[in-house]
Amino acid sequence: MSAKSRIVVAMSGGVDSSVTAALLHSQGYDVVGLTMQLYDHGAATAKSKTCCAGQDIYDARRVADRIGIPHYVVDYETNFKSEVMDRFADSYIRGETPVPCVLCNQTVKFRDLLKAAKDLGADALATGHYVQRIEGANGAELHRAVDPDRDQSYFLFATTQAQLDFVRFPLGGLTKPEARALGVQFGLHVAEKPDSQDICFVPNGRYADVIQKLRPDAANPGDIVHVDGRVLGRHTGVINFTVGQRRGIGVGGEAEPLYVVHVDPENARVIVGPKETLLRNAFEIHSVNWLGAGQGPSEDGAPLHVKLRNTQPPMAATVFGEAGGKARVVLAEAEAAVTPGQACVFYDGERVFGGGWIARDVGIAHLPHNLRRGAAASAV
Amino acid sequence: MSCDRPKNASGTGFLVLKAPMADTARTYLDYNATAPLLPQVEAAVCESLGAFGNPSSVHGSGRGARALVEDAREHIAAHTGASAAEIIFTSGGTEANVLALKGGNYASMIVAGIEHASVLASAPGAVIIGATAQGIVDLNALEDALKSAPRPVLVAVMLANNETGVLQPLDAVVALAKSYGAFVHCDAVQALGKVPVDFSAGMDSMSLSAHKIGGLKGVGALIFRGDLNAQITGGGQERRRRAGTENVVGIVSFGAAAREVPRLLADIPRVRALRDSLESKVRAAAPQANIYGEGAARLANTSCFSLANVSSETQVMRLDLAGVSISAGSACSSGKIAPSHVLLAMGVNAAEAKTAVRVSLGWTTAEADITRFIEAWQPLAFNAAA
Repeated sequence: MSAKSRIVVAMSGGVDSSVTAALLHSQGYDVVGLTMQLYDHGAATAKSKTCCAGQDIYDARRVADRIGIPHYVVDYETNFKSEVMDRFADSYIRGETPVPCVLCNQTVKFRDLLKAAKDLGADALATGHYVQRIEGANGAELHRAVDPDRDQSYFLFATTQAQLDFVRFPLGGLTKPEARALGVQFGLHVAEKPDSQDICFVPNGRYADVIQKLRPDAANPGDIVHVDGRVLGRHTGVINFTVGQRRGIGVGGEAEPLYVVHVDPENARVIVGPKETLLRNAFEIHSVNWLGAGQGPSEDGAPLHVKLRNTQPPMAATVFGEAGGKARVVLAEAEAAVTPGQACVFYDGERVFGGGWIARDVGIAHLPHNLRRGAAASAV
Repeated sequence: MSCDRPKNASGTGFLVLKAPMADTARTYLDYNATAPLLPQVEAAVCESLGAFGNPSSVHGSGRGARALVEDAREHIAAHTGASAAEIIFTSGGTEANVLALKGGNYASMIVAGIEHASVLASAPGAVIIGATAQGIVDLNALEDALKSAPRPVLVAVMLANNETGVLQPLDAVVALAKSYGAFVHCDAVQALGKVPVDFSAGMDSMSLSAHKIGGLKGVGALIFRGDLNAQITGGGQERRRRAGTENVVGIVSFGAAAREVPRLLADIPRVRALRDSLESKVRAAAPQANIYGEGAARLANTSCFSLANVSSETQVMRLDLAGVSISAGSACSSGKIAPSHVLLAMGVNAAEAKTAVRVSLGWTTAEADITRFIEAWQPLAFNAAA
């Protein structure tokens, strides 16, 4: 791209995207800032009615003023509600542990915002993600960030090749302290702004409250059942539990610590067991996005590394491609808490090869027959 | 005291002048949001900056400031068919509307659905009157509402709509209201300087704003006949109808701008020709474009139209990046883009309303601005048709 190229920067009002905009502007690009209006902050936090333009939009606007670039707010509330928040709630209700940041990147950010950038005549869309885009022999490649603590590639596995060709990640080669130092250097008032925590529309981390609000009828009390079949107690709704959870289960008196092993929304049951019952060697994934060579992972098995959670280092696995965008992942070593709804992201060294969603029926085969979905309640 | 700032032209009259602070690199077509400062206003404002006294003070400094305020009041009265005693200075059109509706002693209200947000927000529980497809308040619905409204009842209908520019039949509204013993409030903020405004035509209250006619922002007026309950209380300013030390400089700007109203009106035929030229070019570029209120009497400077499949926000951003200022309906201070309540009241569906933009011209607008607008907007129309 030439220096005269127009680049739209997705500005959240945080330090990373602010530095991204300032950096590109300093390099001579024609930078335009866009901030997405995604949800009613007042409604999400259940606080009293606040102005619809929150602090983050204000910050983005002031940063754009400081840099001297045009800045606009685009309203994607409707799509964010139906494609991110509602799907987040529905996924939880199905007993999964969703990753809404991936949905957001897939929909409003790399579809709607990307289209807005093209409508504005931009040559590229840049974000403040810590991930690297490297021009390869066969088009743009996605690579892990230089700073392993900051790497956000897990949340970008669903980026398609066409999207990757259009987007830029100028911070992928920097560490967070380097980005903050640039923020200070550019005189940005957000340079020391704290990192955002958790999911943006769940500011206090209380997922169950948000789900209750989005799907008021979802609360469905039921039994907490041990993998050996004993009913240990009652719970107020499956949305309060995720696979792998140890704290706050609300049953005591067992010899060894108990973990949530399976969430069974159809029967309103939460299945718990000792740690070893969480271990899995293999699982299914769906909606695979493939960024490697060919149309997808080989049917004969592709030797890769996978991450099943953002915070975990990649581990060795073989991914067997299947029809219909599915794949079977066989881990070199058994792993605890293969959590339905989470992403399984493929890595080949530092390069991201895409990934898929962990299927919701993971682990069901490991349960005693009387605890499998559809089993008669009387059997328990 | 004067503002020591070089003027960019002089001697040719404001009709051919660019406004003093105008960013001459841009084409400004958003006069209904706000107008550039008139040179005559700037001169009067600069002149008044030395009169720092408090108009309520007894001494000479206070009297000097007081005289400026009263001079302005008389100028505004003279150009709006009001008497000076009826004019209450406010912080703008919004406060004037709020004061008229909340400060009057009405048992019920009947409000046009196309009114400004400040009117709608001050009339909770009011009967809302719809509009025709051309954007004109529905007089039959008004009469029906008047029959059953508890007395005293206020009817609020604006003189010209800020989004479509459609003029409302105030003579008919007043006649109808009077036949039922109702009071009439008229928001004339967008009309002043664009069509003749005459408070003596039977209205009971009327709102005005300085910055729409080339004055400063932050000052407006309510013309009110009768008893009013102050909404901002404290001192006895504005005959106990609006407390607080007067915004002397703002009021001076308003008075100076009011004195230019005849010249603004004299420029209207020129503005109308430019607007009509713009609309014929819009039509040529996008035969599918809907021009709202096209068949009704409209402000000569305003054009509101939609471009199917291209959102208002995209059109506004694209034009801004091309150096042309327009707006998506009324100016919105937040990020949320709701479809225009005015277009919805006219029966336009929400999807179409989200593709509408407003272009509003004024005294600095020239043919070159229209050309620049069309050159920037045309590609959007072609892409939408492709």
